[in-house]
Amino acid sequence: MASTGELMLQADDVTKTFVSNKKEITALDNVSLFIRREEFVSLLGPSGCGKSTFLRLVAGLDMKSGGSLRLNGAEIAGAGRDRGVVFQQYSLLPWLHAWENVAFALKKTPGLSAAEKKELSFHFLELVGLKGFEYHYPVQMSGGMQQRVAIARALVYKPKLLLMDEPFGALDAQTRREMQDLLMRVWTEEQCSVLFVTHDVDEAIYLSDRVYVMSAHPGRIAKEIVIDLNRPRDFSDLYTEQFLRYKREIEEELMRQKMLQKEAQKDAARR
Amino acid sequence: MRKYSLISLSSILVVLAAWSLVTYTGWIDPLFLPTPTDTIKALLEEIEEGIFFADVAASFYRILMGFLISTIFAIPIGLKMATSRVWLAVWEPFVGFIRYMPAVAFIPLSILWFGTSDLQKFFILFLGVFFQEVIMIADNCKTVNKSLIEVGYTLGFSKSQVNRSIVFRAALPDIVDTLRTTWGWAWTYLVVAELVAASSGLGFRIMQAQRYLATDRIVLGILVIGFLGLLTDLIFSWLYRRLFPWKLMEKAKE
Repeated sequence: MASTGELMLQADDVTKTFVSNKKEITALDNVSLFIRREEFVSLLGPSGCGKSTFLRLVAGLDMKSGGSLRLNGAEIAGAGRDRGVVFQQYSLLPWLHAWENVAFALKKTPGLSAAEKKELSFHFLELVGLKGFEYHYPVQMSGGMQQRVAIARALVYKPKLLLMDEPFGALDAQTRREMQDLLMRVWTEEQCSVLFVTHDVDEAIYLSDRVYVMSAHPGRIAKEIVIDLNRPRDFSDLYTEQFLRYKREIEEELMRQKMLQKEAQKDAARR
Repeated sequence: MRKYSLISLSSILVVLAAWSLVTYTGWIDPLFLPTPTDTIKALLEEIEEGIFFADVAASFYRILMGFLISTIFAIPIGLKMATSRVWLAVWEPFVGFIRYMPAVAFIPLSILWFGTSDLQKFFILFLGVFFQEVIMIADNCKTVNKSLIEVGYTLGFSKSQVNRSIVFRAALPDIVDTLRTTWGWAWTYLVVAELVAASSGLGFRIMQAQRYLATDRIVLGILVIGFLGLLTDLIFSWLYRRLFPWKLMEKAKE
């Protein structure tokens, strides 16, 4: 069900450099990619490939060093409510109940009464399967439940683009699978675009319409793969021939990148 | 839990027993250390004379005012120092410098400026409390998890909204702990100020008693200050538990 809609996000030759120990380090080198409306796109790569750096640029939390990064045609100048962000470390406000954490995202929504905000928050908690946990503090919830609250908080103000930075990275395998299915369900319902950052190959294929495979040092897009699996998907898709073909293609690419990198390191050492 | 309360109680009883032993037996001259009975008698006398509660009220009023004035300024300035480079640059050298000047060294100067009025006590308390508080509160605010702050920005909050509704709220339990600590220090500054120049208050009463060699009243004064400190500490701890139930759950989880 690869959507053919118009462009949501377009990155052209995005570059990001840091200065560390007086040396300039290129974290992102001419990254170009796009996300269509209502499309689910993953950025996949080894740690240190700059995938999270890219997500932070799209979120407006960091500024790019070069290139162009446009959301709905407008250059991204900072953080804003047209994007929702889910971090790996849940980042809930510990002094607020679950529903208040969700309602917190509505603080800047004009024209909603307090009762309406509460109702919306309860509704979104129900959507992520947390009915009955509205009055729990984050500390009283498991990691998976906290991340559900974080997802509800990122969706409650209806952003057009959801940014997820290894959101299930800290969860155990079982919970992870559950959360992936939950995310797909919620995504279908909310009709937003998703940029999903992960280093888990299965996860990227299972969730995405398209996967960008990145290489590290410096971060580049190495390959783009369209995942043409039917939706809705379930765990049995993980064992189809088609799925395994995608998996093989991606893992071969990751392996090839690793070899290239080793070569480059040897070259550098020789010089 | 009960077991530990019993241990606490018995440690107090041991000290009391030792005090009784050395005084009732006459090992120590009552001129140097009164018996527990004499100390309680002194309390009753002071209540009868109508000075006891007046002293407590005078001292409590001074410490409360001095502490409030300091804190009202320390919280917003500390928050600003933690979140704004400019504010930090303006305040840091100034605060860092005055912080190391002993507040009690200002007592002679403060008497010259304000006489022995309550204002003079407020001034000494302010010097002693504000400059410590502001640095500690800035530290409390600086240790707030960066990802919580970023959540605010992704939700479209302005910097000042992030400071108020995230940084301040996240730092609040630590700030309350800071206030609890500085409140204890404030007692010391107050009593020293009252010992030097006052016409009422617990410190003044101790000084008076020394003049007449009324050791029982001296000991009484010291004990009362201890009790008041303990009482306010309990209030702070109760407040903390009421305000931050999630903090206790966090601790229980560890």
